[in-house]
Amino acid sequence: MKFRAKLVDAACLNNFTRVSNMIAKLAKTCTLRICPDKLNFVLSDKVANGGVSMWCELEQENFFSEFQMEGVSAENNAIYLELTSENLSRALKTAQNARALKIKLTNKHFPCLTVSIELLSVSSSSRVVTHDIPVKVIPRKLWKDLQEPTVPDADVSIYLPVLKTMKSIVEKMKNISNHLVSPNFLEKSSQVCGFGCVSWEEPRLMEAWCPAVHHVVSAWGVPHPPALGAWLVVESLQFYRRP
Amino acid sequence: MKCLVTGSNVKVLGKAVHSLSRIGDELYLEPLEDGLSLRTVNSSRSAYACFLFAPLFFQQYQAATPGQDPLRCKILMKSFLSVFRSLAMLEKTVEKCCISLNGRSSRLVVQLYCKYGVRKTHNLSFQDCESLQAVFDPAVCPHVLRAPARVLGEAVLPFPPALAEVTLGIGRGHRVILRSYQEEADSTVKAMVTEMSIGGEDFQQLQAQEGVAITFCLKEFRGLLSFADSANLSLSIYFDGPGRPAIFAIKDSLLDGHFVLATLSEPDPHPQDLRAPELQRPAPQLQAHSTPHLDDFALDDIDSYMIAMETTVGSEGSRTLPSTSLSPGLQPPCSPGSHSEEEDDTEPSTVPGTPPPKKFRSLFFGSILAPAHSPQGPSPVLAEDSEGEG
Repeated sequence: MKFRAKLVDAACLNNFTRVSNMIAKLAKTCTLRICPDKLNFVLSDKVANGGVSMWCELEQENFFSEFQMEGVSAENNAIYLELTSENLSRALKTAQNARALKIKLTNKHFPCLTVSIELLSVSSSSRVVTHDIPVKVIPRKLWKDLQEPTVPDADVSIYLPVLKTMKSIVEKMKNISNHLVSPNFLEKSSQVCGFGCVSWEEPRLMEAWCPAVHHVVSAWGVPHPPALGAWLVVESLQFYRRP
Repeated sequence: MKCLVTGSNVKVLGKAVHSLSRIGDELYLEPLEDGLSLRTVNSSRSAYACFLFAPLFFQQYQAATPGQDPLRCKILMKSFLSVFRSLAMLEKTVEKCCISLNGRSSRLVVQLYCKYGVRKTHNLSFQDCESLQAVFDPAVCPHVLRAPARVLGEAVLPFPPALAEVTLGIGRGHRVILRSYQEEADSTVKAMVTEMSIGGEDFQQLQAQEGVAITFCLKEFRGLLSFADSANLSLSIYFDGPGRPAIFAIKDSLLDGHFVLATLSEPDPHPQDLRAPELQRPAPQLQAHSTPHLDDFALDDIDSYMIAMETTVGSEGSRTLPSTSLSPGLQPPCSPGSHSEEEDDTEPSTVPGTPPPKKFRSLFFGSILAPAHSPQGPSPVLAEDSEGEG
């Protein structure tokens, strides 16, 4: 098993950092899947009362200038690692003024994801920060639980308004209760911020954990809000992000 | 005693008190001829800090009323800090600060003269005490690093604020390496290891061999670092091998500060090289430099975090107590006639063939006060507490 990648572009680094910050806010541990063409962050917190499941895919070419990996075997050319999400976001936080960032899978008494950051410095000498993030290699028999989720047909499809608006509403709702209101959720929201509601099969009681919604929304950041859509499915609220 | 601080020096004094508060719970205030000294030591006697403000730092400085002996006092750090709690407030509203100690009253009086005619007076209760003095001499330390505080501040930036200890050492290519130190307490929960490597060119002075490394408390170091950074000073680090105290010093024309921190003493049986594997090239001459003093990744419990402390009787006493220095190699200031060698064998590894004992030893010092002073200081204990966690 081998993995090494290099990231040099500031914008890519910024996006990668933002993704990692989002994951750190959502769950304590996450799974990183490394494939020849992409990286996936997977959260599969199936907690009884809420909890967030997340599947995030990053095309490797969009981020890294160099990328090499060798999976567990030729037929199973992937690496599944479990790590503490906060460690990665903390490591990337030190890369604010980085000239280059390298990530590799290493073995320093135990398997680690080593993030090596070369900092820009005023003086001629370079400064290097290295973070060794302990990881657990996930055995092949558990890979089936970490596959891309299939999104069931939605009952309602909503095109959400600008994230900034959504964020401020959800933030204020957070103080009211732990649960995001429904069944009038859609109705009220569409009055307040103009949700475009595509179809409405039948009124159903839908609840989502307000904090989770808040995390997802706030983690995606305000400056360049992507188009955010949501599928409402009877039991859960699933967000997807339009590129 | 009476001192008057004016202008921006009030904030400097406040910052110094903040730095000292990171170390100990009691502040020893002693007006000397050289200036006002503020000292503290932590409860386990593994860290000592001292700031000396020269008479020129003050608009007015009177160590003692003529005819009287200079007074020394010990105040609760919290109460002294509360006067200087808000640095922003000190900067914006305080014009002058007057600290006075009257032998007759039992209060240390700190008065802040603020804008708009507001005067805040703090009457702090104190205890008479012996002089707190640590035994250390930077000149004895073979290794020195000196850099602007800003460089060192940037060096510790990647480390989490909660990190307790850090290892400082010289890596290959004369690079200065800082690495987070983790106790191997819980091997199932592995923590992230962060390492920062800075080129030697960023240092004003770098006199140390490759491979030397010491591990000390980062939290305590940050106290001095933030003061030095705000005062735009250079910070010098004098150190020896693992187990010997490290001295962190700053100096300018008006003040000097010293923080003496104990370092982790147990070398690792499998020393982890501070020189990162990527930087290693098969250069034979560098191999010879690997010494037992490499980065210690002690698998045992933290052991003897100690530095030598000495308390001296006031000048009235005709008899000075034998100084008992704990850490071998540090020269006690007393004459050779004193029984400074009656120390306990603190170097565990000097006993050949036995594994280092896993004892945490702490030593309590006291001294018999001269009769003139009321015996309010700590009770005279000269016994070593050798009970450990071993």
